[in-house]
Amino acid sequence: MSQSYDRGTIEDFGRWKEFSAGMWAWIFHKFSGWVLIGYLFTHIAVLSTATQSPEMYTQTIRSLESLAIVRVLEVGLLAVAVFHILNGVRLLFVDLGVGLEAQDKSFYASLAVSAAIVVASVPTFLAGAF
Amino acid sequence: MAEHYSSFEYKGTRWFLQRITAVFLIGVLAFHFMLLHFVNHAAEVTFLGTQARMQQVGYFGTMIAFLVTATFHGVNGVYNALVNQGLSGTRRSTVKWVLVVASGVLILQGVRTSLYMAGILS
Repeated sequence: MSQSYDRGTIEDFGRWKEFSAGMWAWIFHKFSGWVLIGYLFTHIAVLSTATQSPEMYTQTIRSLESLAIVRVLEVGLLAVAVFHILNGVRLLFVDLGVGLEAQDKSFYASLAVSAAIVVASVPTFLAGAF
Repeated sequence: MAEHYSSFEYKGTRWFLQRITAVFLIGVLAFHFMLLHFVNHAAEVTFLGTQARMQQVGYFGTMIAFLVTATFHGVNGVYNALVNQGLSGTRRSTVKWVLVVASGVLILQGVRTSLYMAGILS
């Protein structure tokens, strides 16, 4: 028999120490979503240099990629993208009613796999940056 | 858990489209990262390399579909998050139309940029 718990509202961030796994998953999914939509607008703006000239496009991307801070931010982008994808898969299963009892474990798995993929990708993302 | 929690009207149109676009984006976003960071490194991107990819009809079509679905999924997600926070009335309507216009501008500019990348516009 399932039970319901009154965990209060997620919006009351002052009680973050009492948050359950599902509440953290909700916050991380929203945060990563905001970052990704913000990046999409920025990405199209940068790529729009292709409308000016081929040289400006190549030069803009090469200049940005030569900055170490951009490479580090790309690792951060990868982290939020991978987490959003993996937690999104988890949410699709939850919506289908699959694995509801293990939704906390699947959140921890999303975090662990995201971390593993990001750490393994760091050498590729930072190659030649420093 | 006995209750269903969601930012959406359960099984509404926006709920459904958010999940359909999610399924598409899971594959295409992963492909995009793999292709432009691991197969081709971002630091080595050139206009000619981009043009070679964008002149393939399948790749071009995939990128346009990626742009449209990502814009819808992202902006619809932002709208639902704000509604979930209590946005209502005139402010909700204003935010909705600002997001609709922003989405339209983003898609138009993305398609225009894609046409330049493919060499159709120059």
